Amino acid sequence: MNMKMLRSAACALAVIVATAGCHHKPVAVTPIPTSSPTGVTDTTSLPSTIPYNAPPQNPNGQPIPPVANSDLANYDQNPEKLAANTIHFAYDSAVIRDSDQANLQAVAQELQANPREALLVEGNCDERGTEEYNRSLGERRALAAREALAKLGVDPSRVHEISYGKDKPADPGHDEAAWAKNRRDDFVVLTPKMGA
Amino acid sequence: MKKIQIYLSRILFAGFLFGAAIAQAQDSSEIIVPGRLQMGFTPPIPVSISGFTGTALEVLEFDLYVQGFKVVSADQAQYQISGSSTGDVVGHVTDKYARKEILSRSYTGADIRREAHAFADDFVSAVTGRPKIGQTKIAFKVEQPGGSGEIYVSDFDGHNPQAITTDGAIVAAPAWVPGRLALYYTSYKLGNPDIFYQDLSSGQRRNFAGYPGLNTSAAVSRDGKVAMILSRGGNPNVWVCDADGSNLKQLTFTHADDSSPCWSPDGQWICYATKIHSHRQLAKIPATGGEPQTVPTSGFPNPTEPDWSPDGKWIAFTSQGGEFDICVTPADGSSRPVTLVQGQHPSWSPNSRTLVYNQSINYRQVLSVLDVFTKQHKNTARVSGDDSEPAWEK
Repeated sequence: MNMKMLRSAACALAVIVATAGCHHKPVAVTPIPTSSPTGVTDTTSLPSTIPYNAPPQNPNGQPIPPVANSDLANYDQNPEKLAANTIHFAYDSAVIRDSDQANLQAVAQELQANPREALLVEGNCDERGTEEYNRSLGERRALAAREALAKLGVDPSRVHEISYGKDKPADPGHDEAAWAKNRRDDFVVLTPKMGA
Repeated sequence: MKKIQIYLSRILFAGFLFGAAIAQAQDSSEIIVPGRLQMGFTPPIPVSISGFTGTALEVLEFDLYVQGFKVVSADQAQYQISGSSTGDVVGHVTDKYARKEILSRSYTGADIRREAHAFADDFVSAVTGRPKIGQTKIAFKVEQPGGSGEIYVSDFDGHNPQAITTDGAIVAAPAWVPGRLALYYTSYKLGNPDIFYQDLSSGQRRNFAGYPGLNTSAAVSRDGKVAMILSRGGNPNVWVCDADGSNLKQLTFTHADDSSPCWSPDGQWICYATKIHSHRQLAKIPATGGEPQTVPTSGFPNPTEPDWSPDGKWIAFTSQGGEFDICVTPADGSSRPVTLVQGQHPSWSPNSRTLVYNQSINYRQVLSVLDVFTKQHKNTARVSGDDSEPAWEK
C-alpha cells in the first residue's frame, strides 16, 4: 500500500467516523420506490384511527336484523307484479333516492292490501367494484329497502332479502346505461304455496 | 495521547455500527438490501434450459417465470439448467458464477408434469430459500352466464382442474384451511348466501354459517379460526368464530358494507375493506376485537380484497380507478403501496412473492400468476366460463 492509498483510506475512515459519531445516517435502506403510481384519482389523507363503535350512520335509523330465507320454498315467487317498482341507486351508494319513495309506497301498499303475501328484496350491483365488495353493497341496498319499508309501516318479519352482488345483472352491457339499470333492488312478491 | 484514545474509541464505535448494519441487512433477508428484490422493479435472474421437451419444458418455463427467473441463452445465464424428460425427469443445475453444480437429481413415481414441478421446486428453493409452490393448488370460482357456477380446484398453474361442487348455484369466495385439504366457500344452493365447509379428501361438507342475511368471505387463520362477513346484525360486518362455529363474535359495527376479511399470519389482526368518512379504505382490527386502524393506501382509489403475505411483510389488494389494479403495500405502512399489474382479487402463494389473481380479457375473467418483484406474469390454463376469486393453498 503506497502513501496515496493510505491517505484516501484514512479519509474514508474519517468520513465513517464522523457520520457514525453523529448518528445521522439511517443504517437500513427502505426498499419500496417512492415514485407516484399511475391512475391516482383519490389523494385524500385520512386519520389513522377510525372513530369507532359510534352508532351506525344509517339514514333509515337503527339497523334491522334480516330474517332467515329457509322458508322461501314455501312460497311461489312472482317477480312481475312489482317489476315496475324496481328502485335504482347511485354508483357506490345504498342510499334510497327521494324519487323512489313512490315505488316504495307502492310496494308497501301491495303488502298491506294482501296480508298473506310476503316480500323478497333482491339487492344488485353493476359490474364495477370487486365481487365481495359488491356482494356486501348489494346486501346494504336490500337492507336499506327493508328499513325504508319498515318506516312505511311494513312488518320487517314479512320482508326477506338477498344480495346477488354483480352476479345477476339486468342488462349485460358494459356502459353507464347498463350499469344504471343494474344498480337496483328488485321486489319479488311471495305467495304461500297451496297447502303450505 | 488522550486525543489518540478518543480517536481509537471512535473507530471502534464506527466499526461496531458498520458491523451492526451488515448484520441487520442479512438478518431481515433480501428485502432491505438495496439493488435487490425491489417490489415491481427487480430484474429477473437469467437461466438457460436444455434437454427438456414438451410438458416438462412448459412446466419448468412457467414455474421459473412466475418466481422471478427468465430463460436466456446459455452464455448469458447465471444458472444453466440441463437434463432430460424422456421417461422420468432428470435435472442438473450449474451456477456459472460460483462455478459449481448446485443440484443434480432424478424424479420418479409421478407423471412428467408433477416431476417437472418437483424439479423446478428444488431449483427455486436452492436459489431463493423460499417455500416451494410447484405442487400447490388453487381454488377458484367458475361462473357461467346467468350467474350460477361451481367451485374448482386445480394445480396452481390451472392444470388438472376439478369441480368440487355440482350444485349449479351462485358460488363465491373459496378459502383454504391452512395445512389441510379443505375449503370454505359461499354457495346460494339453499336459497341464501351461506358458507359451507368441505373436506376435499372425503368430499363431505356442512353448512358452516347459514345465519339470516349474508354469509360470505370466509378466511381462516393458521389455528383454524374463521373470519367472515355476516349481516345478521343488520349490516354486512366482520365476524369471527372458532373452527367449530363456537365463540361467534362481531368485530365491526359500521354501516359501510365491510368486505373481504383476511388474517395476519400471526393471527393477531384481521384486515378488511370498509368505508370511512365516505372514502373506501382498508382497515385492520385486533382479531379479539378493539379499535380498528386504517391501512394507509392514500392515492389508491377504492381499495378492496386485501390479502396478507404468509411472511407477514406485505398486504396485496385491489385498487379501482378506471381499471382494477393489483397493488402491494408493506404491512407495517413503512412506505407507499406499489401498483403492479391490472387485475383483481390477489391471493399470495406460500412463497410470499408469487400471487394468483383474476383479470378481464374481452370481458371474460381469466386467472394469472404474478411474481411481485419482477412483475413477470402468465395466464394459467383456463376452465370455460369466468374464472375468478382465486385462493392459493397455504
